[in-house]
Amino acid sequence: MSPIHDRFTPLQRALHWLMAICILAMLFIGVGMVSTVRPDYLSLVSIHKPLGIVILVLALIRLVVRLTRGAPPLPASMPEPMKLAARLSHLAFYLLMIGLPLIGWGMLSAADYPVVVFGMHLPSILPHSNGLHTLLWNAHRTLALCFFALIVLHLAAALLHALVRRDGVFEAMAPWSKR
Amino acid sequence: MADRPTSNASTFRSLVLIAIVVIALVAAFAFTAGWLSPGRLTPAKIVNGLAPPGGAALGFRRNHAKGICFTGSFESNGGAAALSKAPMFAPGSYPVTGRFNLATADPKAPDATVRVRGLSLRIVAPNGSEWRTAMIDAPFFPVATPQAFYGLLQASANESDPDAMKNFIAAHPEFGTFVGWAGSAPWTASYAQDRYNSLNSFIFTNAAGEDQAVRWSFVPTAQPEAVSPDQLKAKGADFLAADITQRVQSAPQRWTLVVTVANPGDPTADPSKAWPEDRRKVDAGTLVVNAIEPEANGPCRDLNFDPTVLPSGMHVSDDPFPAARSAAYSVSFNRRTAEDKDYPRHPGGATP
Repeated sequence: MSPIHDRFTPLQRALHWLMAICILAMLFIGVGMVSTVRPDYLSLVSIHKPLGIVILVLALIRLVVRLTRGAPPLPASMPEPMKLAARLSHLAFYLLMIGLPLIGWGMLSAADYPVVVFGMHLPSILPHSNGLHTLLWNAHRTLALCFFALIVLHLAAALLHALVRRDGVFEAMAPWSKR
Repeated sequence: MADRPTSNASTFRSLVLIAIVVIALVAAFAFTAGWLSPGRLTPAKIVNGLAPPGGAALGFRRNHAKGICFTGSFESNGGAAALSKAPMFAPGSYPVTGRFNLATADPKAPDATVRVRGLSLRIVAPNGSEWRTAMIDAPFFPVATPQAFYGLLQASANESDPDAMKNFIAAHPEFGTFVGWAGSAPWTASYAQDRYNSLNSFIFTNAAGEDQAVRWSFVPTAQPEAVSPDQLKAKGADFLAADITQRVQSAPQRWTLVVTVANPGDPTADPSKAWPEDRRKVDAGTLVVNAIEPEANGPCRDLNFDPTVLPSGMHVSDDPFPAARSAAYSVSFNRRTAEDKDYPRHPGGATP
C-alpha cells in the first residue's frame, strides 16, 4: 500500500487539526458564555467573535484546498452505507464551518450591534430586523448543537477506524507519520 | 493497508474506550453549558426573575419596559479627550439614538408609581464605532453584586416568607441605604429635570495609553423642580411621555456629560458605593435631544443598549455589573425580538 496518496496532504492535516482545536474551543465557549453572568461572559464573547472569523477564513482556505487536492479514497472494505455517511458528514462539516460564522455575523448585523473583531469594524451584512435576528439566532444555536453532535460522531467514527477497523482511514488524517 | 484481525476481547476494550471518550466529551460540554449546574446564576434566571407575577409583557424589554424614543446629538467639547481616545470625545457633533424609560417590568405602569427613571444612549462616531450606555437617576445602585441583585429579585417575589425582604436587607445593608434614598429623594415631573448616572465604573484610556477609572453622569440643564408623590399621582398615567414630547417640541432639551475621575482606592467594583463629591469632574460636552418619537415605531425600540458596547478608549473595569447586564440584556433582547408579533405596534397600545 502506498502511504502517500492514501493520506491527506500535510497542509490538509494541519488545517484539520488546527480547526479541530478552534471549533471545539468555539463550541465550548459558546455554550459557556450564554450560561453565565460573571465577568467571564465578556472575555468569552470577545474570544467567540474573532475566533468565528478565524474559523470562517480557515474553512474557506480548506474548502479550496479540498477542491483542488481532493481526499484519499475510502478503503474498499468499507460498506457502502458507511462510505455514504462519511461523505455526507464531510459535506455537513463544510456547511457548518462556513455557515455558522456567517450566521453569527448576520445575527449580530440583524440586531444592529457593531461587529468589531481584532479592532476592526466589520460591515453589517444584513439589515436591522427582528424577524431575521430571531431566525438566525435560533439557527445559530440549533446548528451549533448539531455541530457538536456531529463532532462527537466524527470522533467516535475516527476512533472506530483507528482501533477496531484499522483500515487506514484514521491514519489518512493522523497528524503523525504512519511509520 | 491490510486489515489486521483483532480479537473479540480487544475489540470490546476498544469500544469501551471509545464510549468513555464520547461520554467524557459530552459531559464536559454539558458541564460548560451549565446543564449539570442548576445553581449557576445564568442570565436567563435574572431575566426570569424580573418578570412580574402575571408574567413578562411579551415583546417588551424585560426591565425598563416603559419608555419613549428620541434622537439628537452629542456635542463634544473635547474636554474628555485627555481621558479617553474615544472618537466621540474629539470636538464635534455625533448622532444619538436614545430612550427615556422607567425601571419597571410593566409597560403599563403609571409613571407616578415608578421610583427609578433611566436614560439610554447610543452615540455613533463617524468611523462606525459606538458608545452605548444605560443609566438611571439613582445616585448609587441598590446592591453590590449581580448575585445580590438576583437575591433581591427573589426576595421581592417571595410571598411565602413575610420576612424575606427584611432578611435580605439585613444581609445587604447597602439596599437599606437605597431604600432610604428612594423614600427621601425628591421626585421631578419631567425626564428633562433628572440627572442620569452610569453608576458602573469604566476604564478610560487616552491616546498616551494612560488608564483612568471613571463614572459619568448626564446632568440636566433644566432646573429640577421637586414635586410631591401625591401631585404626581394626580397626573395622568403617562405624564412623563407627554411632558418630554411637549418640551422637546418647543425647544431641544440638554444635558451636560460630566465624567467623574476616581481617586486611587475609590471603589470601582461596587456601584452601590458612591464616590466622594470632591472627585475631579470633567465637562465632556452636551447631549441635545431634538426629537421625541413614541416607542412603538421609534428608532430605540429594537436597540439593545448594552453597556459593554464601547468604542476604543473605553473598557469595563472590575465592576462585575456591566458583564452581567450585557448577558441579561442579550437574553431580554433575544426574547422580545422573537415576540415581535405580540408588541402593540399601533398608537393606543401599551406605550404612549
